[in-house]
Amino acid sequence: MLNAQQLQYSYDGTHILRFPDIACAAGEHWLLLGQSGCGKTTLLHLLGGLLAPRTGSVQVTGTDFSQLSTSQLDAFRGKNIGIIFQKSHFARALSVEENLLLAQQLAGLQPDRQRAAELLRHLDIGHKMKSRTDRLSQGEQQRVAIARAVINRPKLILADEPTSALDDDNCAEVVALLEREAAQTGATLVIVTHDGRLKEKFTHRISLQPQRP
Amino acid sequence: MNLLQLSWKNLTFKPLSTLLNVVLFALGAGLISLLLLLDRQVEEKFEKNLAGINLVIGAKGSPLQLILSGMYHIDAPTGNLPIEECKAFLRPGHPFIEMAVPLSLGDSYKSFRIVGTDLNFPKLYNASLREGRLWEKTFEVCVGAAAAERLDLKLGDAFHSSHGFVQDDNLVHDDAEKFRVVGIFQPTGAVIDQLIVTPTQSIWAVHAGHDHSEEEGEEAHDHEGEAAHEHAEFDLAAPLHEQTERSITSILLKFKARNVQTLNMQRSINENTNMQAATPAIEITRLRGLMGMGAEALRVLAFVIIGVSGLSIFISLFSSLRERRYELALMRVMGASPFRLMVLILSEGIITALMGYVLGMALSHFGMEIMARFMQDEYRYTFSGLTFLQEEAWLLAGALGIGMVAALIPAVQAARTDISTTLAEG
Repeated sequence: MLNAQQLQYSYDGTHILRFPDIACAAGEHWLLLGQSGCGKTTLLHLLGGLLAPRTGSVQVTGTDFSQLSTSQLDAFRGKNIGIIFQKSHFARALSVEENLLLAQQLAGLQPDRQRAAELLRHLDIGHKMKSRTDRLSQGEQQRVAIARAVINRPKLILADEPTSALDDDNCAEVVALLEREAAQTGATLVIVTHDGRLKEKFTHRISLQPQRP
Repeated sequence: MNLLQLSWKNLTFKPLSTLLNVVLFALGAGLISLLLLLDRQVEEKFEKNLAGINLVIGAKGSPLQLILSGMYHIDAPTGNLPIEECKAFLRPGHPFIEMAVPLSLGDSYKSFRIVGTDLNFPKLYNASLREGRLWEKTFEVCVGAAAAERLDLKLGDAFHSSHGFVQDDNLVHDDAEKFRVVGIFQPTGAVIDQLIVTPTQSIWAVHAGHDHSEEEGEEAHDHEGEAAHEHAEFDLAAPLHEQTERSITSILLKFKARNVQTLNMQRSINENTNMQAATPAIEITRLRGLMGMGAEALRVLAFVIIGVSGLSIFISLFSSLRERRYELALMRVMGASPFRLMVLILSEGIITALMGYVLGMALSHFGMEIMARFMQDEYRYTFSGLTFLQEEAWLLAGALGIGMVAALIPAVQAARTDISTTLAEG
């Protein structure tokens, strides 16, 4: 389902970040643990096709990213990968609901208001549907981000430090929601984090080694 | 939530900055459209009122004034033209002249001008009667469509004329007989719509009574009984060119053909007589040349405003890119290609320009309509805010082009957003 081999990346051409090989089966939930500076976000961007690796390859559902053009990769990502970032960003001019519809539209799907409404209810923020996103709390924003990531029923959900800004209660809840939504669509879930609170909850774990200078 | 809707939402998210851009653009586009409209309508009016007239003869003075008063009924008339001097042009059978129309100007009714002339005058403007008949004796008038409407004149109505063109109770010819409406013309779009037309002899009759009481005031009482045979004195059947003791204001000439003789005729009138002859087309070209300089300055100003508004659209979009870079990167993450981001930003520029264009058109046509009312009173012309020009379609194309150019650099910038770096900045 998700395969990454011999991934390397370099921001400046001299310092090379090396990443362990990853192989996740469909429907599995993985935790990639690592301290700050070990290239967690870089790895997630590589897995999501936001960055092209220096060497190595990434395949999602058998599609090798290096075989796709920029816009093909954008389209593929929109359809098959949902990404949740450490800090949520939204289209500022749009309401919560409209942000979800935009995600469907950009992935080339028919806007489905019912699906959006159900999802938001499911995540306990149905009442915020018409709110502007900057009026939401951190926890609420993270839920909307989850809703947006899963709305197109992606095969792969990537989450970058989804809990780092949240307190313990919210943290537990967000992880539970992520797992539940992933399970519901049978998606593979990969969480990249340094948050030790999540450690106990996942059986599939990869520890990222600090990068040697 | 397609790209157009998103563009619209983004624009309304910053209402003030969008408003500023739209209003700026509207001012520029509206001004250009207004100038086009004015130019076109003035040109049309001038064209229409040329009415095939080749030469205007009047007393010496400004040729432009002669044309404006004699053909367009705007300016004050030039001095009198004694028939003794101009009878050659009025006599039928002149070898070069197809039609000579005498005009006696200077009186009005409620600031609508009364023109003393003959039955050729309506023919010049192809004016046919809507109701009633043409005049058959003195003091009968036919009224232009617009004048009839504004003055609420109907067949059978009677009124006293007044001296000059302003309404002034002291200048009313109340000692003279009343004019009586016998006909109302169809609207023609030409100047005759605004005029009250009567035989030349009516004007003479009005002023004859007048002159009597002024010049021979002491004897006036002796002549009171003469009113009855005054009518006979101003017999419409008597040819004008034989009444050599009287005067008119000007003559409109239509030649059979334009040739060396007709050109010489103008020169010879100007050089050898106390009269002057002016060619309408030349004077109007001169006038439009004078007006054109002002219009040109306004046009330049309009383009400067449009340029500034383009710059303003560019600056708003460009500065909004900084605030929106995460949003744009996110759209890429969600499947939008760089091209679609470009389309998004371009359409924001184009929508702004389009709204500016629409507002500008609304302003200019509304303004034209307002101005039309004012000009009708002032210049005897009916203008309309409801005519649309082909040039305005070009203006639309130009507007879209400017919106697009203004948005081009921001759009390319948006398309080149580096998603990974932007998102990593968090």
